[in-house]
Amino acid sequence: MSPSPSKVPRRRSTRFVETRAALLFISPWLIGFFIFTAWPVINSAYLSLTDYDVINDPNFIGFDNYVTLFEDPKVGLALRNTFIFMVMSVPTQLVVSLGLALLLNAATRASGFFRTAFFLPKMTPPVAVGILLLMLFNGQNGLINSFLGIFGIEGPAWTTDPDWVKPGLVLMSLWTVGASVVIILAALRGVPQELYDSALVDGAGWWRRTLRITVPMISPTLFFLFIVDSINALQSFTEAYTAFFGSGNTTYSNDAALFYAIYLFQQAFEFLHMGYASALAWLLFIVIMAITVVQILVTRRFVHYEGERP
Amino acid sequence: MKRRIRLILTWTALSAFAVAFIYPFVWLLSASFKPRGEVFDHRILPETFTFDNYIKVWQEAPLALWMFNTLLVTVLAAVAVTITSAMVAWGFAYFRFPGRGALFGVVLATMMLPGAVTMIPVFLIWNSLGMVGTLTPLWAQNLFGSAFYIFLLRQFFLGLPREPFEAAKIDGANNWKIFTRIALPLCKPAVVVTLLFEFQAAWTDLMRPLIYLRDSSTFTVPRGLKALLDQFGFGGEWHWEIVMTASVITTIPMIILFFLGQKHFVKGIATTGSKG
Repeated sequence: MSPSPSKVPRRRSTRFVETRAALLFISPWLIGFFIFTAWPVINSAYLSLTDYDVINDPNFIGFDNYVTLFEDPKVGLALRNTFIFMVMSVPTQLVVSLGLALLLNAATRASGFFRTAFFLPKMTPPVAVGILLLMLFNGQNGLINSFLGIFGIEGPAWTTDPDWVKPGLVLMSLWTVGASVVIILAALRGVPQELYDSALVDGAGWWRRTLRITVPMISPTLFFLFIVDSINALQSFTEAYTAFFGSGNTTYSNDAALFYAIYLFQQAFEFLHMGYASALAWLLFIVIMAITVVQILVTRRFVHYEGERP
Repeated sequence: MKRRIRLILTWTALSAFAVAFIYPFVWLLSASFKPRGEVFDHRILPETFTFDNYIKVWQEAPLALWMFNTLLVTVLAAVAVTITSAMVAWGFAYFRFPGRGALFGVVLATMMLPGAVTMIPVFLIWNSLGMVGTLTPLWAQNLFGSAFYIFLLRQFFLGLPREPFEAAKIDGANNWKIFTRIALPLCKPAVVVTLLFEFQAAWTDLMRPLIYLRDSSTFTVPRGLKALLDQFGFGGEWHWEIVMTASVITTIPMIILFFLGQKHFVKGIATTGSKG
């Protein structure tokens, strides 16, 4: 091929053309990023240093909101509630969804039907789940207590007794583990059969194979679910808000269900404390980051990645 | 023999769980056909079968209007986010340009930012545009794509062979044609997953309707359901039958959607996890 004189500038121009085309394709995201992410992040940081009620201009007050935050007993309460809920719900959800996925994996025939059965609740709108919670866990005549009654157990007043509100919410959250079951099941199907075959030759029982082969092999998926579930638990809102809080009427509000996201929402959109709520949002961001980093550091050693050096 | 016993045990356990997962639906559905006094009896087949609750809900709440609002928001949200996310994903997957890796890193980083941080300033933007109280804030942001779907679709595009695109290019097709005529059709499964996921997310969302909607005539179904609960539950004497029947009506469209797109839903969710 003889070098054409126009080759060098032409190549540069194709590169320019390609970059321009790429920028055109990603422009919706670029524009959206500046309007709905970058600017709001900056504005939120600024608002957190102000007193702002939407009607009057923001009034700069420095770090007062952050000081208030540490003195506000409701912040401590909401943080504690949210943390307790996370610690109770995430491991239970993981264990239950792992158990269901293992069962599904063991019964290969008709697993489609059961998978559908377990996934269906995930399609129920969270508001409806909140309402179902109120009815199923109703202390006097709810289904759960009637069921317990069969065994002669007198169920607690789940929705009104502060000690039982969070356990009720945790149990209700188990109803929607379907998505996790599907994710774990997909991971289980990916575990190579040879591993089980050689373990069988060695005479390892079911329990041993599950503990020594299955769980380590799917640990990246379990780790992913653990992190994502935790982040979601820290932000949970709809079910608890539906069941225990409502439009301006606080007579039925229940301190045991005051999750952090609910308190933030109330401060911002019910009391119109936009500055204070922005500070609350930043504290939530820091808490989520801190908890996630700690979880990653602590659990990483238990996660087995294929092809990784020991 | 031992194998057989184990299989029977597995099936028994699975069936027990299946009953526990399905029973609340059945109970809710059956309660919606029971008269007021019998709602909490635990019969599966109502002793007195009645349609009154459905008539009453229809009279008490503008359910048809709420359904229409939700459908409008949901369709716009799902279509908008799918088209733009696919465009952006294609931009990141197909072209090479300086700063591509860093920019995509920013896309991923935005996924980790909790919604609470941007919630208030975004509200203020819509407020200054005079859009609070309308349905627009519930979907218009989707015109700019969404990080999660961009990620999902980009993964899919990266898995496609490059030859058909190069061939089309040589044949003189422009970038837009290559994207709409070749890339998009090839990535139909991922497009369907995106549509289904966003449809579900928009249909079931409560927080944004709580923030942006003021008047009952603009409510979406979940927002309306919450209003019904406040009115007929916490407002005074409990009218469980109305709240329950409305819950049934709210849930049915989602169940239908699930059965229509079951395969895609399950596949989509399964792949979401393996990307961790």
